[in-house]
Amino acid sequence: MAVSAAVFDDAFIPVEGGNAIPLEDIAPWAVLGALLAVIFLYFVSTEQGAFSLFQGMYVHEFVHDGRHLLGFPCH
Amino acid sequence: MTRDLLWRGMLAGILGALLATLFARGFAEPQIDLAIGFEESHSAHHAAQEHAGPAHAEPQEKDLVSRETQKGAGLLTALALYGAAVGGIFSLVFAYGYGRMGHLGPRSFALLLAVVTFVLVVVVPGIKYPQTPPAVGQHETVALRTAAYFGMIALSLGAALVAVRVRNALARPGRGFDATLLGLVVYLGLVGLGQFVLPTINEVPADFPAVLLWKFRLASLGTQLVLWATIGLAFGLWAERVLRRGRSPR
Repeated sequence: MAVSAAVFDDAFIPVEGGNAIPLEDIAPWAVLGALLAVIFLYFVSTEQGAFSLFQGMYVHEFVHDGRHLLGFPCH
Repeated sequence: MTRDLLWRGMLAGILGALLATLFARGFAEPQIDLAIGFEESHSAHHAAQEHAGPAHAEPQEKDLVSRETQKGAGLLTALALYGAAVGGIFSLVFAYGYGRMGHLGPRSFALLLAVVTFVLVVVVPGIKYPQTPPAVGQHETVALRTAAYFGMIALSLGAALVAVRVRNALARPGRGFDATLLGLVVYLGLVGLGQFVLPTINEVPADFPAVLLWKFRLASLGTQLVLWATIGLAFGLWAERVLRRGRSPR
């Protein structure tokens, strides 16, 4: 901590009303964020590869280069 | 407050995706083009051998989306979706860990978290299942490879959680360093065991150029590095402002 403070000069800022963000504040947004992430990641990584919700290969071909670069098995 | 952090995390991910796309255009796309060239010449060669007639390389899916679209809008869309997804999750972990995992400043904590995530999600799973360019990998095994790759990521993250728990359980005042080392050993042990148990996948064609494979993997790692560095730095900056301003009116 001391080193990081000296090097980065970046002090801890207390959260209002405590040292951390209360779980009740995080929970609903965690659900939303996780849901969005699963949907997004599914289309980038898996749709029309290992699974297919839609017919054809358009989604697969459209995200083709990204899928290879991000390390997801493409074809 | 979490709401503000979440959408900033997703935004940082999209910003990172923009920069990563620029990087990928410059360093990764030339390798992908070469790999596709290899794939096409290879399949044309095979077709010629099998049919002993005019080589009709399978029209395949190539014409569905042009290479230009794949390299441009397609690449950007894929990276932006990935960036928004991982940036959002990243911000939620930040929201949970800030002030709970030590008392680092927001920018330091965000950068540290980004470095750790890059190692856990990109580098370690990539050791067992490295990124592969087009022309590497067989259609038939895509389901197995997808499951194995996600399994490896889950294993890496799960092992890290176990390691943190072990570390915290063993930590004694003045002996935190030792406990951290033990936690590291636990992580490496679990990941090593998983790598041993998970299926080996070797589908690189025998005559695929080794240098091309290396360059593609390096460019792929670089793309991810640009993405995660941007998330760590940009989100840290924005999180600092959110925390300074305090709880926002709903």
